[in-house]
Amino acid sequence: MATAATGGSAPAVALEGVGRAYGERVALREVSFTLPAGQTVAVFGANGAGKTTLLRVLAGLLRPHAGRAIVLGAELPREAWRARGRTGLLGHEPLLYRDLTVRENLRFHARLHGVAAARADALIEAVGLGARADDPVRTLSRGMTQRAAICRTVLHEPELLLLDEPFANLDPGGAATVAPLIGRSSGPARVLISHDAEQGLADADWVLGLRGGRQAIWARAAEVGVADVRRLYA
Amino acid sequence: MRATVAALIRKDLQLERRSFESVPAMLMFSVTAFVLFHFGLDRGALAGDLASGVLWVTLLLAAVLGMNRLFVAEREQGGFDGFLMAPVDRTALFVAKAVVLFAFLCAVELVAVPAFVVLLLEPGIGQALPELLAVLVLANLGIAIVGTLIGALGVQTRARDLIIPLMALPLLVPVVIAAAEATAPLLESGGADPFPVRWLGVLALYDAVFGLLAYAVFDFLLEE
Repeated sequence: MATAATGGSAPAVALEGVGRAYGERVALREVSFTLPAGQTVAVFGANGAGKTTLLRVLAGLLRPHAGRAIVLGAELPREAWRARGRTGLLGHEPLLYRDLTVRENLRFHARLHGVAAARADALIEAVGLGARADDPVRTLSRGMTQRAAICRTVLHEPELLLLDEPFANLDPGGAATVAPLIGRSSGPARVLISHDAEQGLADADWVLGLRGGRQAIWARAAEVGVADVRRLYA
Repeated sequence: MRATVAALIRKDLQLERRSFESVPAMLMFSVTAFVLFHFGLDRGALAGDLASGVLWVTLLLAAVLGMNRLFVAEREQGGFDGFLMAPVDRTALFVAKAVVLFAFLCAVELVAVPAFVVLLLEPGIGQALPELLAVLVLANLGIAIVGTLIGALGVQTRARDLIIPLMALPLLVPVVIAAAEATAPLLESGGADPFPVRWLGVLALYDAVFGLLAYAVFDFLLEE
């Protein structure tokens, strides 16, 4: 299987031996890969394999405890400020205030990122939340909340999307609605956590498999089979 | 930074308007405490040192309720993550939260201080209102600065309801001493006695020192 990626432009992500622990428990150990700009890596692994930790390290929210992590040309954590505002994180939590409306939440994030309020309003319409835009987030269904969170993630047009099961809670119509924003054709490089082997492989250029925090697979998606992915969960 | 601070303040005020989690709790606590003092001390009215002590201890404990809630939405609803990933000066969060806590304290005192006067004070405030306002503003500023610093630190812990008061109250002892000393003569004579200006100076110095300290270290508190 392939062990490196090459590309003309600077890579979106370059990790060398990255590790991260929570106290005594090691969540990530010696993870190394290079993701070229504009490409997608699908990350597979069982619960507790270190996928979410990897995403939070790339987002600059957790410091790597070992190795070297470079995101969008910024070495973490020393130069994390250079990557701020250039990544978009869609995790398990929507990062939205439950008592604020969808519009208030997105306009708040727009102000933090120096984005025009009109962009927030346009995104709300694009994901079909126009009728619920002025309702508090706590009143929305999980699918609607996920759509609002996707708007928040792409509001500032990030160069790197960090997506943790982005289509979870979305019905087929909802998934189709958000695909232009976070799908493969949306433009930015993507780190995509998925448990759907077929869909994840079809949606990615590269595959990273994690098992117990260790890197078990790094290869081009075309070289990895569904059975290889499923073995990670065995 | 000004736009970021304004956005954060606006968001916090919107959240408080929707949830009513902080100001009503602080206000109810203050008024309830005054009622309890009214009956517990078994006196018709208070004046001087005792009145000043009752007022400031009550306001300080009410402020702790606000400190406990100050960063809860950031912690529980992902506000920290959203903020930390934005290309903004992290000190803006400290400034905004301190302004919000200061505003909450002022809002509480708009009702609590008149309630204190009605329930407990014998001579009334009289001509001393401007001096009392000066003490309130400087003391609120100190409480807001230290409360924001400790609130940010304590909210990261599981036992925040215990940790925040345990850390904040000792640090705020100088505020209580200076505010109570400055207020006591006002509550004794209704403003007829000379106002101890030096205690205002102590409060202003405290505010400046802790303001600079908080400004310097707040960024590090947000690091995991």
